[in-house]
Amino acid sequence: MTLRIREDAARRIRAHAAETYPDECCGALLGRGEEAREILAVFPLRNRQERSPRNRFLLAAEDVRRAERAAREQSLELLGWYHSHPDHPPRPSEYDREQATWPWFSYVIVAIERGRPGQMTSWRLAEDRSRFLPEEIEVSSAQPAD
Amino acid sequence: MAVKVVIPTPLRPYAGKQDSVTVEARTVAEALHALTGRFGELRVHLFAEDGRLRSFVNVYVNDEDIRYLQKEATPIREGDTISIVPSIAGGS
Repeated sequence: MTLRIREDAARRIRAHAAETYPDECCGALLGRGEEAREILAVFPLRNRQERSPRNRFLLAAEDVRRAERAAREQSLELLGWYHSHPDHPPRPSEYDREQATWPWFSYVIVAIERGRPGQMTSWRLAEDRSRFLPEEIEVSSAQPAD
Repeated sequence: MAVKVVIPTPLRPYAGKQDSVTVEARTVAEALHALTGRFGELRVHLFAEDGRLRSFVNVYVNDEDIRYLQKEATPIREGDTISIVPSIAGGS
């Protein structure tokens, strides 16, 4: 599985991670496509996890509804979610797996070490919900304006 | 009562690719039971092994979250729309 992500969207995810460090950042991935999907925009959201935002994130249902509205307004689909792992590898934790929702969503994780954003990975929950499967990320350049 | 259940995009593959399904139900619990009865593959993505709704699954009747109504016992009226919205959580 491959996830294409626009360069400016990837940059925005990294910037969000740096802005909220040492706490986790989180937001929605907006784009087009189902199996061959491309992230064209992101919708940063506020991490509602108050007890331990350094290693946990939470988005409420109303955040998801706002992200759905934002996608509709831009004629895009809500394709998944991103969050950061401060000073931790960009691999899904057991907690990520336990909390994962549905296999259809792409889950992007960006590592950020000592305030510097690093590797970005993407994952899809397996159909049997037992583990995450990696999605290869391909960063694409923005189309030149006419 | 006939109630429309809006199927969020991630769950459409398990509901015959439909974006909404109409079921007969008197409560939210009955509606979800009817939905997963018709589309068995949906069950594991909405309900945990103990038969309870998974903690990330939020259900709205029209624009009201059932947590603030009568939860799954919330009664349905003709023409109501049920929506399923996840909350998203995780972390390192």
